[in-house]
Amino acid sequence: MSVDKQQLLQFLLRQGDNTLVLGHRVSEWCGHSPILEEDIALANTALDLIGQTQMWLGYAAEVQGEGKTADDLAFLRDAWDFRNVLLVEMPNGDFGQTLLRQFLFDAFQSVLMGRLMKSSDEQVAAIAAKASKEIAYHVERSADTVVGLGDGTEESHDRMQAALEYLWPYAGEMFESDDTDAAMAAAGVAPDPAGLREEYDALIGKVLGEATLTIPDSRYNHKGGRNGAMHTEHLGHLLTSMQWLQRAYPGCEW
Amino acid sequence: MTSASVEQVWEWLETIPDPEIPVITIVDLGIIRNVELHDETCVVSVTPTYSGCPATSMINMDIETKLRDCGLDKIEIKQQLAPAWTTDWMTDKARDALEKYGIAPPQPAGGPKRCPRCGGDHLEKLSQFGSTPCKAQWRCQDCLEPFEYFKCI
Repeated sequence: MSVDKQQLLQFLLRQGDNTLVLGHRVSEWCGHSPILEEDIALANTALDLIGQTQMWLGYAAEVQGEGKTADDLAFLRDAWDFRNVLLVEMPNGDFGQTLLRQFLFDAFQSVLMGRLMKSSDEQVAAIAAKASKEIAYHVERSADTVVGLGDGTEESHDRMQAALEYLWPYAGEMFESDDTDAAMAAAGVAPDPAGLREEYDALIGKVLGEATLTIPDSRYNHKGGRNGAMHTEHLGHLLTSMQWLQRAYPGCEW
Repeated sequence: MTSASVEQVWEWLETIPDPEIPVITIVDLGIIRNVELHDETCVVSVTPTYSGCPATSMINMDIETKLRDCGLDKIEIKQQLAPAWTTDWMTDKARDALEKYGIAPPQPAGGPKRCPRCGGDHLEKLSQFGSTPCKAQWRCQDCLEPFEYFKCI
């Protein structure tokens, strides 16, 4: 079955915008982490995410066929054109909140990439195979840190529980599905995200349990990022910083 | 244009050091996946170690500079993603060179076999990450020295 180019483009933008926005968010920690090892770890994670962005948005630009590059897509679009889930644009908060957000995302990526490696689209499969090796490291570290802080001191536990309650309503958007997902699933490019929820819940349930954290009962979800309907105010602020150079000096090259 | 054989190009590439770990060459690292000559164009396929590794663009530049210095003028560098790079492609020569340099070579078990300084085997992981995307930080509990471990992927 052939793939609708516009739908494939939407799917690729969702992948690339997730890693781009989270990569930028995580890079905000550079030079500010509690200890040197964590600073290096966060910077490395951000670097991997931005590397993955180059692959996803590079392919998106190719599918788009308008002669654009990954850089054009990253730096020359405004908030309403971004297709990342709201979770990744949430502010860093404290170190614990950053790592909890990372864990909620890493766990999703680890489940998703396992499926995308079998994609009918060779380029999607190749990017997923490359990214999955990096994600394996990310999820190992973010899970360990969530357990360490959750099952740590009273202070760290309370902060992690508060972070979970703040971020939990943003986790559900990763499993939303729409026409784009249906088209990707029909063409064998990507799975319907709704079908990944069970595996995800099992994975995070185990880690959060070990971290002595309580998953909130509510399944209410904030959404509107991956379909572009409405981002949070945080994305606009993030872009002013990330896109500053291209906004101040349009077309400037390194 | 100087004509060159594929074997000759490989020999030239074998002299290019990794920009961040200069004791190993880019061929030893296993990232040169293919060399082909199409008419007069030399096509070199390179695979990235980590997707965001900043050394990738420098490596591409080093390849181009080297081949130009050797007299080639039509050079194409292709990025090859699949199959994804694995540390299994690193040569034994590179593993030995890494250890002598103070970096523990990758092991399938997921951690270093011994301390590259004293050879001790009481080791602890300090961080999953290190000074470059491809390395992690470990410490030897025998000599108490920290050292870098080349991650196995």
